[in-house]
Amino acid sequence: MSLGKDLTGLEHMTAEQIRLILDTAEPFKEVSERPIKKVPALRGKTIVNLFFEASTRTRVSFEFAEKRLSADTVNVAATGSSVSKGETLVDTARNLEAMRIDMVVIRHPSSGAAEFLGNRIASNVINAGDGQHEHPTQALLDLLTIRDKHGKIEGLKVCLVGDVLHSRVARSNLWGLTKLGAEVAVCGPWTLLPRGIEELGVKVFGRIEAAIEWADVLNVLRLQLERMEKGFIPSLREYYRVFGVTPERLERSPRAITIMHPGPMNRGVEIDSRVADGPHSVILDQVTNGVAVRMAVLYLLAGGRAELADAAKGGGGTE
Amino acid sequence: MAVEILELARGTDDLLLVGIQRRGVELAERIARLIEKEEGVAVPRGALDITLYRDDLGTVGPKPVIGETHLPGDLTGKHVVIVDDVLYTGRTVRAALDELADFGRPKRISLCVLVDRGGRELPIQADIVGKVLKTAPGDRVDVQVEELDGRDQVDLVR
Repeated sequence: MSLGKDLTGLEHMTAEQIRLILDTAEPFKEVSERPIKKVPALRGKTIVNLFFEASTRTRVSFEFAEKRLSADTVNVAATGSSVSKGETLVDTARNLEAMRIDMVVIRHPSSGAAEFLGNRIASNVINAGDGQHEHPTQALLDLLTIRDKHGKIEGLKVCLVGDVLHSRVARSNLWGLTKLGAEVAVCGPWTLLPRGIEELGVKVFGRIEAAIEWADVLNVLRLQLERMEKGFIPSLREYYRVFGVTPERLERSPRAITIMHPGPMNRGVEIDSRVADGPHSVILDQVTNGVAVRMAVLYLLAGGRAELADAAKGGGGTE
Repeated sequence: MAVEILELARGTDDLLLVGIQRRGVELAERIARLIEKEEGVAVPRGALDITLYRDDLGTVGPKPVIGETHLPGDLTGKHVVIVDDVLYTGRTVRAALDELADFGRPKRISLCVLVDRGGRELPIQADIVGKVLKTAPGDRVDVQVEELDGRDQVDLVR
């Protein structure tokens, strides 16, 4: 089984492909614990990180993953590049390809940008977040963290809390979780929940207390502050009062609930500091797992021609 | 083979057995238990997966499954004995040597294999060999171990 050329989203992936990535990520966790955190698997491969949007965690995580696999990497940010002179996405990518690159990791404000690019260039394309569409590696690291903590994903109750409407993290999580057999719910103000989401088999909670009572895992999404200015919520204080995940609210959970957040956090808005740093939180485990998941994706996508595999097998023994 | 390792290492001081995934890991475990019975000393052991160090990784597809690697601490100053089931082209051992170098600087590395089937493509030889088999390039040598396969058996498939 393979993943194909690009990773643009989880929507069109099979459960087997998702499991392959999670299983492959396991041995990569150990690589980051070695005295020399580097293996030669992608030696000679050139990877461009093309970031048209601000990012710290995702960009650094991809860069670590690439470097620990011995790939050569170049970072291109929209500001300070020819993009600010009006060059189109495809022209930028084709120029990079003319310099003989192997893979592109792209973050872009437009939904569908990664797939659009993947269909137009020969290099592997990995989506690091496109508009409000998907952020597949974030969902994959969320899945890995849930599996680490609970030993399984199937049958678990996972609730996405907050700005589901604008969140690519929520969308990728929804696809990934349902494909692997979790029960999924969303919770937030009606203005920030997509209309008709119940029709996808997703439970909807209007009150955070009810969500906490139901869930094994809460994935608390970042409240994008510009939403307030656009009138989706009355005020940050009111949001915290009604939907904030606080220790007092968690006390009412009948089970050992797991708290996740994709970052960056707004402490005191969607999540209380005591929860973010508390015993239920796996937020930093998510970050650690992010590097392993991205190493797995890079490893599985890079190069590889099937016809040569049979020739290489030939001999026997472990060779 | 366990006795030969003890002779080679002149005792169990600084000795470390490293099995290559997957059958080598089981064989290393067995040798360690035999040494423990003989000498009353628990020999540290580790497992090594060399997939990410293969020289043909860029051309194989779909990508091989990666096994677990765990080594007990720093290898500097240790006498590492690599244990594997079959020695053939020598490319696995080349990869293992490169990988071990990323975990420290052992004072010595030796190689112990159950079957040496010839056909080397690199200048690598084993220090301890269970059995030498004469084979042709198209042959397959399948080693089965009880822990993984339910029985101990070596098949030469022509």
